[in-house]
Amino acid sequence: MDYKDYYKTLNVDRKATQDEIKRAYRKLARKYHPDVSKEANAELKFKELGEAYEVLKDPEKRVAYDQLGSNWNSQQGFKPPPDWGSGFEFQGAPRGGGSQQGFSDFFESLFGQAGGMGGGGRGFHMQGEDHHAKILVDLEDSYRGATRSISLQMPDVTPDGHVVSRSRTLKVNIPKGIRQGQQIRLSGQGAKGQGSGKAGDLYLEIEFNPHRYYRVEGADVYLELPVAPWEAALGASVKVPTPSGAIDLKIPTNSKAGKKLRLKGRGIPAKTPGDLYLVLQIALPPAEDEKSREFYKRMQEEIKFDPRASMEVA
Amino acid sequence: MSGERSGEKVLVGEVLEETYLVSLAELCRSCTVETETITTLVTEGILDPSGEDVDHWRFTVGSLKRVKTVIHLQRDLGVNLAGAALALELLDRIAELERL
Repeated sequence: MDYKDYYKTLNVDRKATQDEIKRAYRKLARKYHPDVSKEANAELKFKELGEAYEVLKDPEKRVAYDQLGSNWNSQQGFKPPPDWGSGFEFQGAPRGGGSQQGFSDFFESLFGQAGGMGGGGRGFHMQGEDHHAKILVDLEDSYRGATRSISLQMPDVTPDGHVVSRSRTLKVNIPKGIRQGQQIRLSGQGAKGQGSGKAGDLYLEIEFNPHRYYRVEGADVYLELPVAPWEAALGASVKVPTPSGAIDLKIPTNSKAGKKLRLKGRGIPAKTPGDLYLVLQIALPPAEDEKSREFYKRMQEEIKFDPRASMEVA
Repeated sequence: MSGERSGEKVLVGEVLEETYLVSLAELCRSCTVETETITTLVTEGILDPSGEDVDHWRFTVGSLKRVKTVIHLQRDLGVNLAGAALALELLDRIAELERL
């Protein structure tokens, strides 16, 4: 077991006042709170903060912890001294709870017994709490349906009443036609119930991975489609990707940039299928060599065209 | 920390629309909170149930997560209800902006 330097975790001096500790914790907690933070390791970091604060905010625990620190030798692994806990009276208060469950072995070995789980007594039955998680799926998954593995961190209570963080992998069916914002409810995959209460449910909120060229709005899918000026002007038949495979698309003559072509029912195959919109973008051929420059010059001379005609500038 | 694999079993869930509604009792059960907590959240304007009175309140499925976020923010960061409500709205806005 490793010794944990709670002062380092909170980035405070060993002589810090209780107020300074509180301030440091609150500041870091705001930064790493899993409901707010975008930091990659927020969940873990927040747990560590919670554990450090749980000890340092409580003058009794802090004094006990400080004594431990003074004769601790980093060469050996950490083991609580045999006389640990004698002479200190820890309040058996329910600790942290909720999102800061799953403290380290280090914490459990020192304060574990003192803070055991409240409730859960004999004859007490309650259905477990529901859990929530976000799940990122590809747009293509929604077109075809898929099976995705998701990895979740969940607090779990061991038979002896300790709370541990358990990681588990679930294989989940992603039904065809799923949309962002919908949720998948997996019954019995939430927190365990107490007593004979059944387990809670797990809610998975669906979100699409950003796609290189598709954009999704509800059940409709948008694709910005580059076309050459002559394709837009003369009309053409071009190959176009769609999430359900490439198709041949007819570009009408005299199409303008920004024109939307709607392919009905080719959006997300939801109960009411969405549409696929192809938004035309006119891509300009570069004038990099003499030949193309000549060609542009000829257009300039022969085609009467003022793109700013509607802007009323002389 | 220990790992656990649920093997090759593929879980099939129920798909809920954004408009899926839950009752007050279901909401309380899901979040393990008392009705009073929910009433306070409604008074504060954090939740906006449909239905005439408490007995007929119906909440959208998104409320489940909102209630939890508010509770976590209050407990972990020491913000009051109004502060948690503000944070929630800002989180919504960030999520919206990131979608664009």
